[in-house]
Amino acid sequence: MTLRPDLQVIASHVAPSSRVLDIGCGDGALMMALREKDCDVRGIEIDGDCVERCVSQGLSVVQGDADRDLGDYPDKGFDYTILSQTLQTAERPDRMLDELLRVGTRAFVSFPNFAHWRTRAALMFGGRMPVTRSIPVSWYETQNIHHVTIKDFRELAEAKGAKIVRDWYFAGEKPVSRAGANARAEFAVFELAR
Amino acid sequence: MNARSQTLTLPAPLPLDGGGELARVEVAYETYGELNEDRSNAILLCHALTGDQYVASPHPITGKPGWWERMVGPGKPIDTDRFFVICANVIGSCMGSTGPASESSDGSPYAMRFPVITIRDMVRAHVGLLDALGIETLHAVVGGSMGGMQALSLAANWPERAERVLVIASTSRHSAQNIAFHELGRQAIMADPRWHKGDYYGSETPDNGLAVARMAAHITYLSEEALTEKFGRNLQDREAKSFGFDADFQVESYLRYQGSGFTQRFDANSYLYITRAMDYFDLAEEHGGRLADAFAGTTARFCLVSFDSDWLYPTSESRHVVHALNAAGAPVSFVELSAPHGHDSFLLDVPALDRVIGGFLG
Repeated sequence: MTLRPDLQVIASHVAPSSRVLDIGCGDGALMMALREKDCDVRGIEIDGDCVERCVSQGLSVVQGDADRDLGDYPDKGFDYTILSQTLQTAERPDRMLDELLRVGTRAFVSFPNFAHWRTRAALMFGGRMPVTRSIPVSWYETQNIHHVTIKDFRELAEAKGAKIVRDWYFAGEKPVSRAGANARAEFAVFELAR
Repeated sequence: MNARSQTLTLPAPLPLDGGGELARVEVAYETYGELNEDRSNAILLCHALTGDQYVASPHPITGKPGWWERMVGPGKPIDTDRFFVICANVIGSCMGSTGPASESSDGSPYAMRFPVITIRDMVRAHVGLLDALGIETLHAVVGGSMGGMQALSLAANWPERAERVLVIASTSRHSAQNIAFHELGRQAIMADPRWHKGDYYGSETPDNGLAVARMAAHITYLSEEALTEKFGRNLQDREAKSFGFDADFQVESYLRYQGSGFTQRFDANSYLYITRAMDYFDLAEEHGGRLADAFAGTTARFCLVSFDSDWLYPTSESRHVVHALNAAGAPVSFVELSAPHGHDSFLLDVPALDRVIGGFLG
């Protein structure tokens, strides 16, 4: 099975045998990959069908809403917390970031970059909320309630006292360098610590 | 399927939560499949309030199929080709394990002299059975409804005895509403003139009271949607209302049938004792008031399943347990499955449940 590029980056940078919490784990693809690395992986997922698929593959996944349920997890209960393509759906991304670094020693966060040139162009020239490859759904049916750019995220991390340990940028499957990433990257992956 | 029915007499008196002990305890059980050489493939299945050990073989009184035939058997989610499945009748019940109908030391039935027991007492008897079978660690303990309470109790009190704990449509404590419904049933039994303060063995049994108790409980096992879909306001075998108190509506007739069928296979005093045990169940209270402490240091993997139409043990009850397990750092899965049948969904055809159980048991 091939992983989405952001998940691939995360999977390859999680240390073997770590304790990992995958928040919004979907169908468990990343969890399966991390299990191969001997990690103790737990997941939270809101969609019941996804949870059922995970559990029937033997994964430990709890059906729940990350906005509410993260509070039940103990401080530093995990080596890593992972939030892939979910930050923009959080009720309060700032509080979510705090929770990520409370529950985990390190956190991986990936999200679609709203400052990508194609998004900017769609808004500037089309005058409409963009529908692009990385933000593929119309404004009225998207789960994304807080669109965020790479620049915004860096500022939020700084405001929250979170240190960016590593960062990766992608346009489609292709890596993009840090320089100019805010305009050129469709999505970003950050590894954070406090 | 190759089922073996046996009865074990526990080698020592059973200490009870309520104080004192119960002498000469018998535990009636069935097994399916074969225990492997290193005794690592055993699954203990815990039955619900009015269930019994006949999980996948015909009931000796009613002749009906076992209560979880669809789940337990060769190639089924609880696969008896791979697992050695044990299902024991709980103490206090009436299908062979020691209960109020059993003979006491003076040769007459205990009746109401039977001590009040708890869920943990039931599990203590099960653990005695596991000891006798030489099973140190279960591959899994599995239970729905009251069986789920037993599974949780085993995990909390004998944490080294099960590697996996599967709890379906259950709770860590009985709510006021749960207790209220049980009290309704108990009062119906005790109000039956044939109950005679429990001393009815050898004479007429309090069937009317027990049937009413069963009818009330049965309503809590279904959902409004299931009742409406099955019966609506349809009339039973008649064109018009009788303007009397016969079973005009199909739903009335159904409940009467359920109630009277139940009296043939269940002892009224057992119903009193087992409902009491469930009402007393509060796993947090047993562990200093904090549910997470009940699971401190557990190494078992947990899976909880609830059903969206279950209002007897709603999803919030399962979530409460999941939160405690998270706080204790235990590996836990939880899923709320969609099913129309209410609490009874765990006994009925819900393919997603089969997948979850099969996957979790590995």
